[in-house]
Amino acid sequence: MRIVVDLNRCQGYAQCVFLAPEVFQLSGAEALTYEPNPDDARRLQVQRAAAACPVQAILIDRLNGAERSVTS
Amino acid sequence: MAEETAWQQALRKASRANPYPFYEELRKTPVARQPDGSYVVSTYRELVQLLHDPRVSSDPRKRPGAIPGADPLEANIIEMDPPEHDVDRRRMTRHFGPPERPHMIADLEPKIRRIFAGLLDDMKGKTRIDVVDEFAFPGPVTVICKVLGVPLESIPRFHGWIETALDGLDFGPEASDPEQQRRLAAVPAAVVEMRQFLADLFDQYRKQPGPGMLSGMAHDNGPEGRLPQESLVNNAMLMLFAGHETTVNLIAHSVLSLLRHPDQLEKLRRRPELIVPGVEELLRFESSVQLWHSRSALEDIEIAGTTIPAGSTIFLCYGSANRDPERFENPDKLDLERPNNEHVGYSQGIHYCFGAPLARLEVQTAVSEFFRRVENPRLVEDPPPYRHNQIFRGPRHLWVDIDGIRD
Amino acid sequence: MTMPATVAELVRTFKANGRIVIVGASLAGLRAAEALREEGFHGSLTIIGDEPYEPYDRPPLSKQVLKGWVPADHTKLPRLRELDAQWRLGVAATGLDRATRQVRLADGEQVPYDRLLIATGTRARQWPNRTEAALEGVYTLRSRDDAARLQQALVARPARVLIIGAGFIGSEMASVCRELDIPVTVAERGSAPLVGALGGVIGKIATEMQRDHGVDLRCGVGVSSLEGDAGGHVRRARLSDGSTVEADVVVASLGSIRNVEWLEGSGLAAGFWGVGCDAGGRAFDINGVVTDTVYVAGDVARAPHVLYEYQFLAMEHWDNAVFGAEIAAHNMVNLEPDYYPHLLLPGFWSGQFGVNIKSVGVPPFGDEIVFTQGSVKERRFAAAYGRRGRIVAAVTFDHGRWLEYYARLIEQSAPFPPPPPGWDRPDDMNPIPADFPEPGVPTAIPDVVLTGHDPNERRAEFRPRRR
Ligand SMILES: Cc1cc2nc3c(=O)[nH]c(=O)nc-3n(C[C@H](O)[C@H](O)[C@H](O)COP(=O)(O)OP(=O)(O)OC[C@H]3O[C@@H](n4cnc5c(N)ncnc54)[C@H](O)[C@@H]3O)c2cc1C
Ligand code: HEM
Ligand code: HEM
Ligand code: SF4
Repeated sequence: MRIVVDLNRCQGYAQCVFLAPEVFQLSGAEALTYEPNPDDARRLQVQRAAAACPVQAILIDRLNGAERSVTS
Repeated sequence: MAEETAWQQALRKASRANPYPFYEELRKTPVARQPDGSYVVSTYRELVQLLHDPRVSSDPRKRPGAIPGADPLEANIIEMDPPEHDVDRRRMTRHFGPPERPHMIADLEPKIRRIFAGLLDDMKGKTRIDVVDEFAFPGPVTVICKVLGVPLESIPRFHGWIETALDGLDFGPEASDPEQQRRLAAVPAAVVEMRQFLADLFDQYRKQPGPGMLSGMAHDNGPEGRLPQESLVNNAMLMLFAGHETTVNLIAHSVLSLLRHPDQLEKLRRRPELIVPGVEELLRFESSVQLWHSRSALEDIEIAGTTIPAGSTIFLCYGSANRDPERFENPDKLDLERPNNEHVGYSQGIHYCFGAPLARLEVQTAVSEFFRRVENPRLVEDPPPYRHNQIFRGPRHLWVDIDGIRD
Repeated sequence: MTMPATVAELVRTFKANGRIVIVGASLAGLRAAEALREEGFHGSLTIIGDEPYEPYDRPPLSKQVLKGWVPADHTKLPRLRELDAQWRLGVAATGLDRATRQVRLADGEQVPYDRLLIATGTRARQWPNRTEAALEGVYTLRSRDDAARLQQALVARPARVLIIGAGFIGSEMASVCRELDIPVTVAERGSAPLVGALGGVIGKIATEMQRDHGVDLRCGVGVSSLEGDAGGHVRRARLSDGSTVEADVVVASLGSIRNVEWLEGSGLAAGFWGVGCDAGGRAFDINGVVTDTVYVAGDVARAPHVLYEYQFLAMEHWDNAVFGAEIAAHNMVNLEPDYYPHLLLPGFWSGQFGVNIKSVGVPPFGDEIVFTQGSVKERRFAAAYGRRGRIVAAVTFDHGRWLEYYARLIEQSAPFPPPPPGWDRPDDMNPIPADFPEPGVPTAIPDVVLTGHDPNERRAEFRPRRR
């Protein structure tokens, strides 16, 4: 799956880190880093994290399959 | 006698089950001065703005005329300002979550599941249950005791103290009623006992380390040092308190709100994964912490066409901001799939709820298990009786008739 | 027939049958395409990108990717909706003919459009000496492939990495090297790291931060030349102060170059700082007249900003790409009076040395700075920038939760210095000169640049001096 965190919005509440520690991590007290394309098996965890984010900074892929494969 | 303001009316016991019409009135003046000189903030934009304003203090001791030592909870993080607040909160977080313990809460899931499953098992054979006393209360209390390392046997004792404290506080026009005055008078003794209970517990853990946060905090040697004894006790009190009174209310309210909105319940039954965004919406819809009282302006603050003079008490009304139509479309509609649900049920800014990850896990587990296993739940009384307290707003009892408990 | 009916009719017809071409298949291009569909555009949509990959996110490249936690190909951007677009990836646009409304591709094909969005972003400025740049072990960082190569080089545990340029990306790379416990030297021609973006006062704090983490930081020096061994691998750098640095990995982090070459001869106001456009994303032509068919978004755009005396602002920021793309998309399928303006308050973040650095506004627009909250010593603080008695920007180190307070003050052009906080006051709250380098003093180019009032500026190409 694919996600992106709008780190301008993010205020480092770390709610996502509690819920999906393999996907989201803090570097120091406040700087969030994350795995942008986590394994699909983590979808539920990541959805929990996105729902919990107080400033709704986590964007999740809303497309299942189909258009994903880009051709030139 | 002057007519009561919308705020005063909202705080009356009679409004507890439904304060929302008064909030609607209140929001017409986003920052409204009250007869006692305090200011009530009821709109989303202004409330969030003040949560990020460094001229606002959370420390009641900084108000003019504050009596030193009057508030028994002083020196806990919820009533402190930076830099001390930040230091103490980090000292606590080391024992609760990231960066030091990122897995601690997530790892509790099986335990939490077992606790709520056990409570549902106990209801087998019954046709009528009290969701508060049999489910919403015992679950979170057990969990917070385990997390902190407070012996389960002591639950009845500290629950009594906390009830006494909760019943004693009143910010509304009924505060001066003799009955309420009598309740208030009972508060200090309860606090003293609770404080002593926790101080003893820390003494015990200092001699003999045990499981849970309290022992960890008492023995900590982190980069910023250990919390002093006073702060240990006060923050333990805060966590014990905030750690279940709020969660109890959210579980009870979630059951109530879903039974009142069969369409949403039906949706949840069809798509159980909706519990995740659903609990955020349920908190927006009925906020467990309706208001917060401990803030004040340290400078004159201009906001929404009003100037809050330095020294004024500021009430932040989370329950109203979460129903602000300027921020939430159809705010009085429960929508488990509400997009961009940036509610303030856990606040925002530096006092953002410390326990939110734990609360979420508990409520998601409790509510989904409840509706998965309880057969044909029906409200007996609507509205149910409410607790006295205005901050921690929730049903005192929630009677529900049921056909049985599934496995 | 009334006029509004005509406009509505035009809009409806265009949304149904129009042809839109987007050049640049990255953040701005993707978000614009999604926004176009969201706006109800059902016509044909073509996205042209010279990279062979579908859109990916760049900020992780200098952070979690370089560190080795996240593979470079794990940066694909999430898709927010179906696009039903024709993707032409791996082929560059090489020309624009506005008279016939066609984009020319490197493979010779001509793609016709009714509306065009230019989202070609920037590329890394290469080490100016070509022979030296060709040495093995010399890198730049802009793309996914760059990041993968550089990360591989770090896995091999070089004896020392030399980073030339201490802007945000250079500093982030230095931070990663230290996290991986790889010795690193940073050479910066300016007086301190981040000095172009945040000024000398903050630069001094960044200096201490780097040194505390064991970075061999050398400021006020340039790299004069790179030397390789017999195998053609870089081994050594000579600095302008006569010293040498032995390094087997060298990263040139010299800022970026706008990808505007393909627009040569198109008659658009395209130049060193990008393509000039109005606040609605509509491109200016070379005479300063706004076009109706060509739009610009993202790193390659420069537009006047109401908060900054309507000077043209060039912003190399993530949120500028997202928001600018959405605005341009809206305006591409609407007509006056339904245009939206791009009024974003610039925002930026950077994670380095365990500290979250965030800013709002345009710091280099200010000439004074005041610390407003927290402790500089502990590197947890907020500071505000002012100009002529108004607050114009703010920066925080691990104090991001307070940033929106300053953002609001900036939006209101509130007085500078701002009112003091009620608690946690810094030791010294007097405004001091922010100490930005004088224009013309060489340093890493900041990633928000005030580029003057002329939509068609034609400044001389910036060339690092060679010795
Ligand atoms: C390492 C790194 C770290 C960063 N960190 C941060 C950060 O922490 N915070 C922040 O706010 N921002 C950061 N940024 C900046 C951010 O990534 C950019 O602002 C953003 O990528 C801009 O998006 P864009 O779509 O406008 O341009 P780009 O991402 O540059 O995309 C332009 C695309 O167009 C393609 N193209 C160019 N010319 C042609 C042509 N003629 N024909 C076809 N295609 C063409 C390019 O190959 C590219 O794919 C960082 C950037 C980098 C490189
Ligand atoms: C649904 C459940 C909960 C809700 C709705 C809730 C809500 C809140 C709110 C609104 C605040 C901010 C008050 C303010 O300053 O304005 C807060 C703070 C706090 N909460 Fe919770 N809470 C919940 C559960 C918990 C739990 C389970 C804990 C257990 C540890 C907890 C501990 C705290 C603490 C310690 C603070 C103070 C944080 C600080 O000041 O930095 N809460 N909570
Ligand atoms: C063990 C639990 C608690 C006890 C015994 C207790 C007791 C008291 C007492 C005696 C007062 C003084 C009353 C007055 O000023 O008239 C007080 C003030 C207050 N306490 Fe507590 N309290 C407890 C927990 C809490 C908690 C957990 C909160 C909120 C989370 C809280 C909120 C308040 C508030 C709002 C006031 C009023 C402050 C003011 O008016 O300035 N209390 N409390
Ligand atoms: S929960 Fe949201 S605000 Fe908090 S760290 Fe994660 S992304 Fe940032």
